[in-house]
Amino acid sequence: MSQDITLAQFRRWLSLFAEQVQEQVDLLTELDAAIGDADHGANMQRGMRKVQERLQDPTATGGDIGSLFRSIAMTLISTVGGAAGPLFGAFFLRAAKDVDGTDAVSLEQLAAMFRSGLEGVQQRGKAQIEEKTMIDALQPAVEALEAAVAEGLDAAAALDRALEAARRGMLHTAELQASKGRASYLGPRSIGHQDPGATSAFYLIQSAAAALGRQAQAEES
Amino acid sequence: MQKIINNPADAALESLQGFEFAFRRLLRVSYNPNFVWRRDAPVAGKVSIISGSGSGHEPLNIGYVGPGMLDAACPGAVFTSPTPDQYLAAIRAIYGGAGALFVVKNFGGGVLNTEVALELAREEGYNVASVLIHDDVSIDQSDNRRGMGAAILVEKIAGAAAEAGRPLDEVVTLAQRTSSQARSMAVALSSCTSPYVGHPTFNLPSDQMEVGVGIHGEPGRYRTALVSANQIVDILMEPIVRDLALQADERVLVLVSGLGGTPRQELFIVFRHIYDLLQQRSIIVERQLVGNYITSLDMAGCMVTLLRLDPELTSLWDAPVHTPALHW
Ligand SMILES: Nc1ncnc2c1ncn2[C@@H]1O[C@H](COP(=O)(O)OP(=O)(O)OP(=O)(O)O)[C@@H](O)[C@H]1O
Ligand SMILES: [Mg+2]
Repeated sequence: MSQDITLAQFRRWLSLFAEQVQEQVDLLTELDAAIGDADHGANMQRGMRKVQERLQDPTATGGDIGSLFRSIAMTLISTVGGAAGPLFGAFFLRAAKDVDGTDAVSLEQLAAMFRSGLEGVQQRGKAQIEEKTMIDALQPAVEALEAAVAEGLDAAAALDRALEAARRGMLHTAELQASKGRASYLGPRSIGHQDPGATSAFYLIQSAAAALGRQAQAEES
Repeated sequence: MQKIINNPADAALESLQGFEFAFRRLLRVSYNPNFVWRRDAPVAGKVSIISGSGSGHEPLNIGYVGPGMLDAACPGAVFTSPTPDQYLAAIRAIYGGAGALFVVKNFGGGVLNTEVALELAREEGYNVASVLIHDDVSIDQSDNRRGMGAAILVEKIAGAAAEAGRPLDEVVTLAQRTSSQARSMAVALSSCTSPYVGHPTFNLPSDQMEVGVGIHGEPGRYRTALVSANQIVDILMEPIVRDLALQADERVLVLVSGLGGTPRQELFIVFRHIYDLLQQRSIIVERQLVGNYITSLDMAGCMVTLLRLDPELTSLWDAPVHTPALHW
């Protein structure tokens, strides 16, 4: 099926995610300095460097999407630290569960993977929407992706919808008072600042749109 | 940034290496993943006590490793909770066969990482339990309170109980009792500079202070005018005493810790007024620690922790301890 999203595209996604986070380290640090402890940039940078190293070595990341995700999850869990390490780790660990031994997935399967990933983050962190966390970028993106799939959109269009929803969710965190994570200690003083974790979750979706959507479009035409 | 460092990214690691050299007779340090462990571990038949925290809070937690206190401590990157693989490597090294207690400070990252570590340790067949430290009264909701100075008191008391050969369930109960009877609050007179960031986390004019800060350089609950030492103590003590519902004739342990940038001279001025206040209320200061025990890099300010004592907790507090930071 020409619509299928391939293992190579997933690898490209992770590598783009790592690049984008590293380009934005200073922004992530600044956002976390305002309402957290200023370590989110350094945490993500440390993890993303290791992800890039892992991606250089195809034997270390396995020959199917499930093994790739599991290996990335373990890398994030053991190098990022902080809250973001176990949470992004939970995303990939959960998203891996239905795609063992698979080297290509349909758009429907991709949406299911994102849903599972989101559930993984929520089970680990117990945060709901509107608590000013990465959930505020992830959940709208997953819902938009599912809706787009139901409408019958192609991968590029569906992932663009997810991207726009993630962007809105990320920007919306600035209006919220945090009730989960380190920013919650600030009480009302957390209002007016964008959440750092929601920002890195936005890069996760942005890189997915670039790597998983565009390529599929190119293959079709 | 005015820091005695070689390279910002190496600060935590190079400090750990220096610590290893300084205390080589007392402890061992393993790298990749990083953890500090007592020299004679594993101690067969003894409950193991494990803790962890970001770097930058020294002597917490690596300075509390040794007989009578922690079997192992995992240091993370600056202000960042350690990762599950560190805890797992530590437990494999020090497990004495009688179960292990993880002392967990209530911070999002700290809790999430130890949850993963506990799951992995259980999968490997270790008998593990945890106690949550959440003593920061500046936060109203008790379950969202940050873990602060009570961590040291719980580690000391649980460590003494383990050393005395008490079984895991008793050590857990004692740790929980200690945690539930301790309250803290801290004030900052300056921000602090993480080597990764290079500038202070927030800007604080010299005539202002941040009340209700944590230990990660984050701003506090509110900002107000800097007042005298006695007035600062009043601000910190009022919610602590109220929340503990301390009554006349009760006995307490008082911990006054500098946050890294405040001289001990000032800490004793703080303790002086705490002592006076408690005396006025006929509350007995049974034990105290005044110094730098839990810090936030170079932050100026202090933390006050009170623990309600009973005879059992007092005798466990008095039991011998041999660590870099506490020894008697
Ligand atoms: N329970 C949670 N659920 C979902 N996301 C969360 C949760 N707690 C924190 N986060 C996200 O994690 C981000 C902060 O990650 P970071 O790596 O800075 O960890 P941290 O909170 O500083 O950890 P630590 O306490 O170990 O220093 C927040 O901006 C938020 O988006
Ligand atoms: Mg942070």
